[in-house]
Amino acid sequence: MNAAAIRVDLQLIADMVDPSTRALDVGCGDGSLLAYLVNFKRVDARGMELSQAGVNACVANGLSVIQGDADTDLGNYPDDAFDYVILSQTLQATREPRQVLQQMLRVGKRAIVSFPNFAHWQVRLRMVFGGRMPETPSLPYKWYDTPNIHLCSIDDFRALCADMGVVIERAIVLDRNSKPINLPPLAANLLGEQAVFMLRRD
Amino acid sequence: MEGTIGSLPLDDLADAERKALGQCQHAILGGDHALHLDCGVDLGPYRLAYRTYGTLNAEKSNAVLICHALTGDQFVAERHPVTGKDGWWESMVGPGKVIDPAHYYVICINVLGGCMGTTGPLASDPASGKPWNLRFPVVTIADMVRAQAALLDHLGIADLFCVIGGSMGGMQVLEWAASFPRRVFAAVPIACAARHSAQNIAFHEVGRQAIMADPEWKGGDYRLHKTVPARGLAVARMAAHITYLSEQALQRKFGRSLQDRNALGFGFDADFQVESYLRYQGSTFVERFDANSYLYITRAMDYFDLADAHGGVLANAFRGSPTRFCLVSFTSDWLFPTHESRDVVHALNAVAANVSFVEIESDKGHDAFLLEEPEMFRTLGGFLKGAATVRGLRGVP
Repeated sequence: MNAAAIRVDLQLIADMVDPSTRALDVGCGDGSLLAYLVNFKRVDARGMELSQAGVNACVANGLSVIQGDADTDLGNYPDDAFDYVILSQTLQATREPRQVLQQMLRVGKRAIVSFPNFAHWQVRLRMVFGGRMPETPSLPYKWYDTPNIHLCSIDDFRALCADMGVVIERAIVLDRNSKPINLPPLAANLLGEQAVFMLRRD
Repeated sequence: MEGTIGSLPLDDLADAERKALGQCQHAILGGDHALHLDCGVDLGPYRLAYRTYGTLNAEKSNAVLICHALTGDQFVAERHPVTGKDGWWESMVGPGKVIDPAHYYVICINVLGGCMGTTGPLASDPASGKPWNLRFPVVTIADMVRAQAALLDHLGIADLFCVIGGSMGGMQVLEWAASFPRRVFAAVPIACAARHSAQNIAFHEVGRQAIMADPEWKGGDYRLHKTVPARGLAVARMAAHITYLSEQALQRKFGRSLQDRNALGFGFDADFQVESYLRYQGSTFVERFDANSYLYITRAMDYFDLADAHGGVLANAFRGSPTRFCLVSFTSDWLFPTHESRDVVHALNAVAANVSFVEIESDKGHDAFLLEEPEMFRTLGGFLKGAATVRGLRGVP
């Protein structure tokens, strides 16, 4: 497998995971992050995926994946079962994002979360001047068929973490080309298209 | 072949058993250390009939144990010596198949209580020299698994790369993982549950009552009376067979088509194809299966409740398990519906065990695990390959 084959935001997440640890990828999709973690970082990596077709494809590739829902099935795992619980581009599609985060930080020593920034300037422009619900590369859906029911901005997410008493160990903001950008928070919330956070309990 | 096999008399064997033993290996165990059964009885000596395919590698790390279902036996992947039909799992086991004897040392053992050469109610009590019949002790899934483990000890196989099976075979897989976690690297329980449901016990009871209501059954001593409770056993098989299929499969296969006639017969012959099919299933079954064995093995399934055996908490059965699990269920299986597999997955999650779970879309009902299901082959092939890589098993493509 080509080490450069995974998406840039997944690569960033993979880089945050220490080798030879235990990780659970919630909403693991086609399993590309899982496969990378298993093959290149010797991580004991497991996956949970909503779509049965996605699960079967992962298992056929030798990955340990079960069908499950972030909102309901994290509760089955014991405390501290994993070093990392990963949720990439899925938080905004959960019914109870706050409870999902709580569960992630119960089951995992650390949580890694990535999500699209709803305060990105393109979103703001389309909403304020276009008067239409935003459609951008990271939010490609029509308002009536989007799975994203709990969108937030980078600042919203920071506020939730503060409210929950969760420690932000790292925060990486990505621009439109999925390149990390280093900006003060106000600018990051305007120019970042998505963000990756690593969290731990206080 | 007359005389004895080991210390167990062979001359009173049924014809089917004799033919079976002629085409497979067997071992006499429990002569020194009797098998302590859950019912409290110590059983020994006892015979286990088994088949192997492929070669055990030098590291003894490529053994795959296949656990058969209620009416299966050790003849997994070859012409059956009694029925002349193909092996019951040739879709899964064989050259180029998911479980290829070119890579794995495949073992399948006729379960304790069975009737294809392994000790069961057909055999004779070594103490009295008389056939056990209903005096044979009631055995459990755990007893079957302990007997299998004793055979592996006898064969010098410390641990298994994989234990796999469907239905009652899947129950044995779960029992293996719970009882001998260090001996099971990968476990594949297919279309099964951690406990037999009330509905399934009910169906088994119908089958047992059909057998026992047959006047030829003679309180279980039919061989002494030289009778066969064929009608009772056939009815048991017919009722059970319906539970192995699905409404869609029956409709697709038979609909309301008539059998060898153009109009309804206004009588009770097999007017419909589905009736004729079930009668055929019943009549062929009695040629290869022993009625008392059917009573004992259905009872073993009914008694299976893995949570109950672990303080009422299923997760306790798997605490600290190093085994890699892959569970498989089928969308149209109403005998062991998907939610029963999901309960096992949740228990495994609760102890953070390594588990995969696939539900296969199929309209073939419970029997789907025995049939051509490309999605099952693809996912299990991937799972075994992944497990082989982690195990460092060489030669698995």
